[in-house]
Amino acid sequence: MIRLEKVTKIYPGTNVPAVNDVDLEVQKGEICVLIGSSGCGKTTLMRMINRLIPITSGTIYIDDQNILDIDPIELRRHIGYAIQQIGLFPHMTVYDNIATVPRLLKWEKKRIDERVDELLNLVQLEPAQFRHRYPRELSGGQAQRIGVARAMATDPPVMLMDEPFGAIDPINREVLQDEFLKIQSQIKKTIVFITHDIHEAIKMGDRITLLDAGRLVQFGTPEELLTNPKNQFVKDFVGADRALKRLDLLKVRDAMLENPVHCHESDDVASVAQAMREKGLNFLLVNDPRDRLKGYVTLRDLYDQSGKVGDFTKPMTLTVRPEQNLKDALSKMLTFDIGIVVAVDNDGKLMGVLNTMTLAQVVGQTYDEHGGRWGKITAGGKIL
Amino acid sequence: MKGSLNKLSGGGRAWTLIALALAFAAGAWFESLGFFEFTKDNTDEIWILFVEHVQLVLISSAISIGIGVPTGILLTRGFMRRYRNSSLNLLGICQTVPSLAVIAIAMTYLGIGKKTAIFALVIYGLLPIIRNSVAGLANVDPVILDAGRGIGMNPRQLLFRIELPNALYIILAGIRTSMVINVGTAAMSFLVGGGGLGDLIFSGIAMVDPGYMLAGAVPTAALAIFLNWFLGKVEGWAISPGLIYEQSGASDI
Repeated sequence: MIRLEKVTKIYPGTNVPAVNDVDLEVQKGEICVLIGSSGCGKTTLMRMINRLIPITSGTIYIDDQNILDIDPIELRRHIGYAIQQIGLFPHMTVYDNIATVPRLLKWEKKRIDERVDELLNLVQLEPAQFRHRYPRELSGGQAQRIGVARAMATDPPVMLMDEPFGAIDPINREVLQDEFLKIQSQIKKTIVFITHDIHEAIKMGDRITLLDAGRLVQFGTPEELLTNPKNQFVKDFVGADRALKRLDLLKVRDAMLENPVHCHESDDVASVAQAMREKGLNFLLVNDPRDRLKGYVTLRDLYDQSGKVGDFTKPMTLTVRPEQNLKDALSKMLTFDIGIVVAVDNDGKLMGVLNTMTLAQVVGQTYDEHGGRWGKITAGGKIL
Repeated sequence: MKGSLNKLSGGGRAWTLIALALAFAAGAWFESLGFFEFTKDNTDEIWILFVEHVQLVLISSAISIGIGVPTGILLTRGFMRRYRNSSLNLLGICQTVPSLAVIAIAMTYLGIGKKTAIFALVIYGLLPIIRNSVAGLANVDPVILDAGRGIGMNPRQLLFRIELPNALYIILAGIRTSMVINVGTAAMSFLVGGGGLGDLIFSGIAMVDPGYMLAGAVPTAALAIFLNWFLGKVEGWAISPGLIYEQSGASDI
């Protein structure tokens, strides 16, 4: 449907190609996601397809027709175009915005009326309520829906979407993505879809094209990218991001070691020190009689002493709560340069311990779930 | 929007009272200067000069708009953009020349008469219109231009359907400034035989006859105030309600 052959773009006044020798084929009815960090050339690549940016060398075909043989204005009227900043015309109502291209194509009024209502229903906005609103009277999510509706106005077979849900809050973005996928399953457009969010790429893409510095690094289904990353760059792009995202979603509770080793403040110093030596522990958590965390003792402090452990306990200044997310906990650990944080509940009761090892375990599961090669990393030192 | 309008009109009532009181005081003072008596005796002549004045303003402003807006459009097109700053600077310098001097210079080439007056008024009225047209068009959000281009508008459609409607507020503000200034400047047309209410003002000054002078000055001031109000209304009608919030951000230049 869309075929790129050796497409290169060098902006005037630069030597470095923004897009470098890209071959790509987008199948009819598929969503092809272009992904890469900013400046990788994905937007340039997309804007060459509707000739907003002239191609330096190479050829782009739509339905086997060289796009240079089509008048650019005509070409654009038959390619849907939706962008992150939406670009609704502020001086026009929702109706006029959606009707823009049908009017350019000189549709009859009745046909335009019907189409606008149909599209508003499709993007789940009540026509009677929204038809005559101005863009400033819309929420971000509503405006984004209108932007997509405008791009679909003339039912173009091809659509270009540059981070169309990028400016929406995460919850609404999920909703819009789901809705759009539902719509796409009915309308089966050929779509080039730009994102920098690997989550979105995996969710939306039938195929993903990963770009780096203007070059196509890997092209394949989301599965292929995850299970068979071509090189370290792909691995980093797919993996690191996912793991960190996962930290955002998980709670301390999910990763902490429950019921950690501890002692009681009224315990005898000599016997606690003995037990620590046997278990090879350099420090130990201390609870008060009501099982609340009092602090910790180190083996060195207990050396050759006698009495109650409580007398040698130092307070624990940094704790986290089980319901905090792992990213916060990790950030605290990094900020204060400690390898371990203790989780206590609102009453100060000792709930668990979180250390870098357990964190790595959770991140390891993320890889595992999605077929990464390394599998689970477990605690416990030497395996034999 | 409605709320603020109501508030305005509520405050407006107090202002109206104050204005009425001031007008009454001014009226009493003008009466003592012989303004009303003169006006009553010379209504026909004042009316003729008033109409002449309005003609001067309307003709010269129409020409200024006819030249200024297209020039502003040209200066924001890609191929002309590099001349934009130098053109605006040049116009800025022209504007610093006092209006009287512009009229005098025009007279040396065109002689005496309405044409000279109109020519000078056109030149003097151009800058605010060109400058605001350029500012208005240059400030249109590039994102909506990209959207317009991306969905297949040609340059002409882009200009008339997207750029001008969005720049309209600033352009109209420039036209309003230009026309209101023009009303005052047009009074000087008398000096080159262009007629208008300046006839009464300058003769009144020359004869040290305040009543005579006021018979020219008061209608001139009233015309300027009316024009300012009327053009404000026009802006309200012409500008899309969708841009209403952006208006508060823009300012007259």
